[in-house]
Amino acid sequence: MPTHVEKDQVSGRETTGHEWDGIKELNTPLPSWWVYVFWVTVIWSIGYWVVYPSWPTANDYLKGMFGTTNRTQLHETLNNVAAERAPFMERLAALDVTEITSDPELLNFSMAGGKAIFADNCAPCHGTGGSGNPGFPSLQDDAWLWGGTLETINETLHVGIRWDANEDTRMNDMPAFGRDELLERDQIDDVVQYVLHFTDRATDKAAADRGAIVFEENCASCHGDNAKGIQELGAPNLTDAIWLYGGDKATITETVTNSRRGVMPAWEGRLDEETIKMLTVYVHSLGGGQ
Amino acid sequence: MAMSNLQSPDIETAPIIEEDDRDQPLYKTRDKVYPKRVSGRFRNLKWFALIALLSIYWLVPWIRWDRGPSAPDQAVLIDMDLGRAYFFFIEIWPQEVYYITGILIMAAIGLFLATSLFGRIWCGYGCPQTVWTDLFMLVERYIQGDRNARVRLDQSKWTFEKFWKIGATHLAWIAIAMATGGAFVLYFNDAPTVIVDVFTGNATLAVYVTIAFLTFSTYLLAGWAREQVCTYMCPWPRFQSAMLDDESLIVTYEGWRGEARGPLKRKNLTRGEVPETGHCIDCRACVNVCPTGIDIRDGLQMECIGCGLCIDACNDIMDKVGFPRDLVRFDSVQNTQLRAQGKATRVRIIRPRTIFYAAILTVVASVMMFGLLNRSVLELNVLRDRNPLFVTLSDGDVRNGYTVKLLNKEQSLKTYELTVSGLTISDFQIIGQTPNQKGTFDLEVAPDRVGSFRVFIAADPSALDGDATPFEFTVTDTETGNTETYDTVFAGPKTDR
Repeated sequence: MPTHVEKDQVSGRETTGHEWDGIKELNTPLPSWWVYVFWVTVIWSIGYWVVYPSWPTANDYLKGMFGTTNRTQLHETLNNVAAERAPFMERLAALDVTEITSDPELLNFSMAGGKAIFADNCAPCHGTGGSGNPGFPSLQDDAWLWGGTLETINETLHVGIRWDANEDTRMNDMPAFGRDELLERDQIDDVVQYVLHFTDRATDKAAADRGAIVFEENCASCHGDNAKGIQELGAPNLTDAIWLYGGDKATITETVTNSRRGVMPAWEGRLDEETIKMLTVYVHSLGGGQ
Repeated sequence: MAMSNLQSPDIETAPIIEEDDRDQPLYKTRDKVYPKRVSGRFRNLKWFALIALLSIYWLVPWIRWDRGPSAPDQAVLIDMDLGRAYFFFIEIWPQEVYYITGILIMAAIGLFLATSLFGRIWCGYGCPQTVWTDLFMLVERYIQGDRNARVRLDQSKWTFEKFWKIGATHLAWIAIAMATGGAFVLYFNDAPTVIVDVFTGNATLAVYVTIAFLTFSTYLLAGWAREQVCTYMCPWPRFQSAMLDDESLIVTYEGWRGEARGPLKRKNLTRGEVPETGHCIDCRACVNVCPTGIDIRDGLQMECIGCGLCIDACNDIMDKVGFPRDLVRFDSVQNTQLRAQGKATRVRIIRPRTIFYAAILTVVASVMMFGLLNRSVLELNVLRDRNPLFVTLSDGDVRNGYTVKLLNKEQSLKTYELTVSGLTISDFQIIGQTPNQKGTFDLEVAPDRVGSFRVFIAADPSALDGDATPFEFTVTDTETGNTETYDTVFAGPKTDR
């Protein structure tokens, strides 16, 4: 507080006694209720100490009247969300995946929920948009190893692929033809030429012809005589433009030599039935659903 | 203390007072204003403005406007849930909020123009704070009596009479405040429905909270705060002087003939005799009627809201004592000076300042009008999938996904044909839709709604021009032929070209 008060000669008013580089502030009194409002806010703040957690004590802290914590607030919020979702969840539980899509409201709910679940559980391998990565199939295209209908997607989600902990898991095993010495090096080169010929990329016609016999004896049982794959066995189509691990000569040679053994977890038990249904509907809608 | 650093010789010689001797407080208790009843030209104008503005506020939500079955029939309505604002024949969607911006700019410039022409007429006549305070004062006067009675009542001991008079005043104020808060929600809901809901307890919490808040603020601001809102809270009085010049028409005191002021007796005049100068008889009629409690004879000041009630009060006195009217008058500072010198006065409406404001106002209004008249009733927006940019299909084709949004701003069900041009495509699909015979799609969009469609287009890579091939979506109203196009690109694999 200033100890001296002076009067400004021009306006005849007192100054507050504050000065900045020769500029002085005239005293323009604030209404007193303004000050009272300030004191009311100060008193109000004491209410916060009483109602909410406030001061630390030696070993603990003041808990406040209602024991408010962020954790309980979070649980409350989550419970509220769950309660809001409950009617949808009940309907989801009652319906088959194929029936969900014919209910626009439920479809909408599943799409929104499925998107979030996908981001939490599937995106690390399949990419955020389901566009896949080498070794992890794209869920947007029209090629499906184990089937792209609602039922087959739902089944794959339940049991996983080559997931040993699940008895019913989708299982197949391509032999490592090179590593286990089932085929000679020349034979592998020949069969690779034969595989490339389906997409008109064979460079050695004679080798491809020789490879046809190797294919017939070793590969056709799973990939089919025409190499178009057999979905029940999870054997990929070798005549289309989609290659899970890559379709160039070196990669195909690598695949034939050492085999591939991609794994997807079984989500049964990890996610509940309703969640898997939502996920099924979402994956089916990405662009490749059949 | 920085007292040693004084620079101005004036202040150097200023008397230094000890803190205890301060005769001007740091905080000031309010000097309650008891405005006296007045009648006259400006008061009539103010009554007219009061009735007109309050009528608009309370009656407009009840005006009906037929928009067909798919839209509300309230003439003025802001539908927050749906995101639509209706104003008679105009309907605004959220993305057209720039119309609101335009209206705000026009309101600001209009305020500048009005102020440079006529001073603070907005403050004196149009501002809700002024209108509601005026209404509250009317109620107060009706129950407690005029100025002198009110002063007496406030100073008297608490008797039954004082108790019921003050109590009745506050109850009446709260009733008006509730009606004010209640009317506000009518602009955001269907008026007849929400009013029933409010009284039957079925309205939403938001409605009750809004009413409660506005009831409280109206009661507080118009009943208690009054002129303090203008002097302490409102920024407008602080910078209004930037819009005023010597030729702005404001409430002025003709000091040249008013001074030296003094009671009639001291002027030694007989009745009907007009003095040379000193027309002001210092009756304080102008001060007593002032709603902000100032003395206009001190000249233009920040607290003056330019309502002109002091002119009415002074004219009344001048008529009684037989002196010329308009000692306090609605005129420019320049004219007051001219009149003092015995020169001819003039009122100049067209000045560089007013031309400037009027020009900005015209430009903004024209742009707004143009926008409104050319407002499209159909909009097409296309969001291209970015994750992934494209998908390779098993037959080697490349597929792109798009979300197409069709905004139907008309009040009828519309069918739009969606076509693709500028790209040779091998497949065209929309989720949940079947193509027509031409291989394009006829999409239905409900009245006044946005239709959202998932579109998949596939093309042979050889038909593409690099990794981003431009093409366009075209949407055509099948009835009117009205079309909109949207330029976008088709993404494909990078080529070596």
